[in-house]
Amino acid sequence: MLEINDLHVKLEEEDKAILKGLTLSVKAGTVHAIMGPNGSGKSTLAYVLSGRGGYQVTGGSAMLEGQELLDMEPEERAAAGLFLAFQYPVEIPGVGNMTFLRTAVNAQRKARGEEELSSGDFLKAVRAKARELKIDAEMLKRPVYVGFSGGEKKRNEILQMTMLEPRMCILDETDSGLDVDAMKLVSEGVNALRDAGRAFLVITHYQRLLDHIQPDVVHIMAEGRIIKSGGPDLALEVEQNGYADLLAEEGQKA
Amino acid sequence: MAPGRKVAVDAVFDSVSLGTTFKDELAKAGVIFCSISEAVREHPELVRKYLGTVVPVTDNYFATLNSAVFSDGSFVYIPPGVKCPMELSTYFRINAENTGQFERTLIICDRGAYVSYLEGCTAPKRDTHQLHAAVVEIVVLEDAEVKYSTVQNWYPGDEDGKGGIYNFVTKRADCREARAKVMWTQVETGSAITWKYPSCVLRGDDSSGEFYSIAITNNWQQADTGTKMIHLGKNTRSRIVSKGISAGHAQNTYRGLVSMHPKAKDSRNYTQCDSLLIGDRCGAHTVPYIEVRNASSRVEHEATTSKVDHDQLFYCRSRGMDEEEAVALVVNGFCREVLQALPMEFAMEAQALVAISLEGSVG
Repeated sequence: MLEINDLHVKLEEEDKAILKGLTLSVKAGTVHAIMGPNGSGKSTLAYVLSGRGGYQVTGGSAMLEGQELLDMEPEERAAAGLFLAFQYPVEIPGVGNMTFLRTAVNAQRKARGEEELSSGDFLKAVRAKARELKIDAEMLKRPVYVGFSGGEKKRNEILQMTMLEPRMCILDETDSGLDVDAMKLVSEGVNALRDAGRAFLVITHYQRLLDHIQPDVVHIMAEGRIIKSGGPDLALEVEQNGYADLLAEEGQKA
Repeated sequence: MAPGRKVAVDAVFDSVSLGTTFKDELAKAGVIFCSISEAVREHPELVRKYLGTVVPVTDNYFATLNSAVFSDGSFVYIPPGVKCPMELSTYFRINAENTGQFERTLIICDRGAYVSYLEGCTAPKRDTHQLHAAVVEIVVLEDAEVKYSTVQNWYPGDEDGKGGIYNFVTKRADCREARAKVMWTQVETGSAITWKYPSCVLRGDDSSGEFYSIAITNNWQQADTGTKMIHLGKNTRSRIVSKGISAGHAQNTYRGLVSMHPKAKDSRNYTQCDSLLIGDRCGAHTVPYIEVRNASSRVEHEATTSKVDHDQLFYCRSRGMDEEEAVALVVNGFCREVLQALPMEFAMEAQALVAISLEGSVG
């Protein structure tokens, strides 16, 4: 599904390398978690994959189902099946949440040469899916993220993901700012989407999210690359011992 | 246009009225909606009584020019107590080259009556400039209410600023008696240069005026637009919401006057001016004139200037919209308050127009 090979990225404005040879392979039907200390480049990876400006790719590649993501515009990546659930989604005053979602769904359908959804079909679909995430009609009408609580923002990101049906989903610290109940809702939303044709990359600081969304592979990221990969046990190990031992081990190798 | 909704239309091409639809149905309600040349022949007593009483011949250079040469335009009379059974609309088009359009509109809304009037404008591409110098006069009597909505889409000139309409228009409503109400809503996307200040003279006690405006300028367009709220009567109210969007090399100015006269006791105004910049070569200017000559009135003014936010655009694009779609969405959100003031079918058209006028403004 997603093949990242020796990816090097620096900030556009200053001469500061953030990703230094990151390699990662995510197969369809699997959930990969990325953990790592602050500043290890986790969010940068998410942004670079989705095409945000301000970064310069100095080497390597990132293929989504055989297509080079790094050559594509952000909207082309979205239409190709990539989705990033933002850690801090932005407010768009005056634009209704539902209007936004419908514009997005139809833009992607159009880009893929599919017919646009009628307003009736769209409404039906969005209402059913919103209910599962405990998003009420009022929240669908509000302007995009204006006055949303942390939990509401994350639930709404998952609603967008559900409606857009991407094949490669990246969740950037979706658990931050969530209470236990909200985390459960969000995780259920994600788990409902798990299937053989879809893959997830879950970026998180904490192991607790992985209790709800069980990963197949856990990667530890530090200094702009993956320093260790393993099964779900690796997350538990980090939870107990912190990153210090892993970082020291990596330091000895280098 | 939404199916099933009836709108009576008067089409004016090159200042000549082509005829009005739904005339019989309107006549049943006592509403007169015809070209002004016809009104001069058929209803001379109304024309004589009201024409030139809101915008005098000597008001300004372009009003004088219009008064001297106007050949046609629209005339509306709503008799006392009548709620006009449908929306009235005039559609203006300039076809001829090297010409001017000087139409005149006169609307009289008698006591306790109501009308919603829509005005649309287009002109084909020409390399040379054309002049549009219209005058609109509205008389609102006791307890009457007029809504006047404009979508102005005259040819703005090409990407290098060649050609385009000079849109120098005088529009004024006179709330002549108590509790008269007028609401101006305008979406200005066209014309090379626009000078336009639809105004309200709040003469009657407790009368009110509202002005909602979206002005979009792209490439080399210039828009200098706003309103004048002249508070003469006691306890009069006015509200101004202006949204200016500037892209390319365009300049966009809000210029407005709020004047509280000595006798306009306990009157109020609220003004909100928001400007949005796209790119770094355009300009936004806000020039509010405020005159308060009594101590019991209150005037509020709020203004903001912002740039289209890159994070907002990236967010939209990461959800699959292309850059132009993203800009149109963000800008439509910025204009929402004003779009909501438009009649339904006009609002849809205006939203689409916002997107079209900003094509090529990013990237």
